[in-house]
Amino acid sequence: MKTCFDSSLIMAKEIRSHSLKMVVNAHASHIGSALSMTDILAVLYYNILKINPKEPNDPERDMFILSKGHACVSLYATLGLRGFFDMKELLTYGKNDSDFMNHISHKVTGVEFSTGSLGHGLPFATGKALGSKIKKSKNKVFVLLGDGELDEGSNWEALLFASHHKLDNLIAIIDYNNLQSLTTVAKTINIEPLYDKFIAFGCEVFEVDGHNHDDLLAVFNKAITIKKKPVVIIAKTVKGKGVSYMENKVKWHYSTPNSEELEIALNEIKNA
Amino acid sequence: MRNTFIKYLTECAATNEKIVLIIGDLGYSVIEDFQEKYPDRFYNAGISEQNMASMAAGLASEGFHVFIYSIANFPTFRCAEQIRNDIGYHNFPVTVVTVGGGLSYGNLGYSHHAIQDLGLMRLFPEFTIASPGDPIETKMCLTHLLEKPGPSYLRLKKAGEITYYNEPSIIEPGIWKEIKKAKNNKIFLTTGGGLHLAQQIIKNDANFIDFGIYTCPIWGAKFKYLQQDQINDFQEIITVEDHLLDAGFGSWLRESITVAETHLKIKHRALDLNIVGRVGSEEYLLKKSGF
Repeated sequence: MKTCFDSSLIMAKEIRSHSLKMVVNAHASHIGSALSMTDILAVLYYNILKINPKEPNDPERDMFILSKGHACVSLYATLGLRGFFDMKELLTYGKNDSDFMNHISHKVTGVEFSTGSLGHGLPFATGKALGSKIKKSKNKVFVLLGDGELDEGSNWEALLFASHHKLDNLIAIIDYNNLQSLTTVAKTINIEPLYDKFIAFGCEVFEVDGHNHDDLLAVFNKAITIKKKPVVIIAKTVKGKGVSYMENKVKWHYSTPNSEELEIALNEIKNA
Repeated sequence: MRNTFIKYLTECAATNEKIVLIIGDLGYSVIEDFQEKYPDRFYNAGISEQNMASMAAGLASEGFHVFIYSIANFPTFRCAEQIRNDIGYHNFPVTVVTVGGGLSYGNLGYSHHAIQDLGLMRLFPEFTIASPGDPIETKMCLTHLLEKPGPSYLRLKKAGEITYYNEPSIIEPGIWKEIKKAKNNKIFLTTGGGLHLAQQIIKNDANFIDFGIYTCPIWGAKFKYLQQDQINDFQEIITVEDHLLDAGFGSWLRESITVAETHLKIKHRALDLNIVGRVGSEEYLLKKSGF
């Protein structure tokens, strides 16, 4: 895959910087959630997904669905950096009448599905994966979920179905940063033992450091070879990753950095 | 109605390869023929309406026209948000099909009474509502939904309904169809099971002998703009439906009015609030509703 970046690591830095600027520009929330999944996006969009920004609706494309739609800035930035649209459009994020809504929007080129309410992405992706199977397409359907989102029962309904129908073209990634709306996932509604739960639901399960690009690349390459089972990748992540004062802080699920904080954040990312 | 629906859908699926049927673990002795003929386009989602609705959206995004099938409140109220966000907002061709419209399952209890479903489904502006009143109208509705794939709701009763149409004809969305000509410029305007109820009113009450009967089998938020002109053609209109008046068909017609004076000539026959939570045969509950 050709991009203007030398590596997914450099792309991840760009995604982080743009995400921060967008959130500040729109005085929006959820930067912590966006930074948490940035490395996953960088590796997927740099190395893994078979996509063509010039033909965003190519029927043979791989598909990525963002179920935790509130973390949209990093996906918008990723798509812009991959050439799905002019980077200038990112400046409209969160403005009146912009297609770039504060939850991921299918009105933006390259976005497969709008979410915002949780527990919709995996069932939708399951339908897409089933559709691909019926059409005998070779493409893969990736869907990224938050950890707190696993409280939603619809996810488990979808896994039952995907497993029963052996949808091995479905790859779910859990952005396991262990923070949700008010406190840790463990203190809110405990989801452990998570690995065992997915195994019990008939999935092939991997665990990975969600910020290590080599490990992410290896696990994705392995995931796409799995047969007869849906795949779940539990990616251990840090909410707010890359900006020291945001890391593991619930506050950055909500707050917008001020100009000074933005400067510090951009410098940290640049010098990392 | 459900037999007509499934038989015709099975027939259409022979040439329309986009048709996929997903059931919510219902349809024993009804769906088997479709299942046998098109095994790769038939799925049982199990008892999981939320997943069924979102999955249907996913399948539809891959180019299929997906029909999800269950009993009235299950694939509607249980997964209302999936219908709103995943199907409606994305404008995907998914038809939510329900059996047991109105009080068809009267004895089964309140969980099975579909008396608010139209209120829910007509809230979603992208949705076309199809509520046929007899088996022939069911076929006509399905023909329309297949020709114009989009978010839609097909509300069926059960089985054994009387046929009121002589032969199928084309349905235009939002346009009323004459079933019985009015002798006095006054009509019953029905949708769904209201067609049968209006026939019964005329049969049992000599005061209405000269009334005409019209149906509006395909309607919804998108088609309100077509109503005022049709209302203007009549001196009196009584809407009839097997649904609560609240948020139902009659309320929809009233919301469609753009000329204030029209309010005076529209009246309603609908299910009475006193039947909410009551159990009994359809006939019994209808009687309690004043039918």
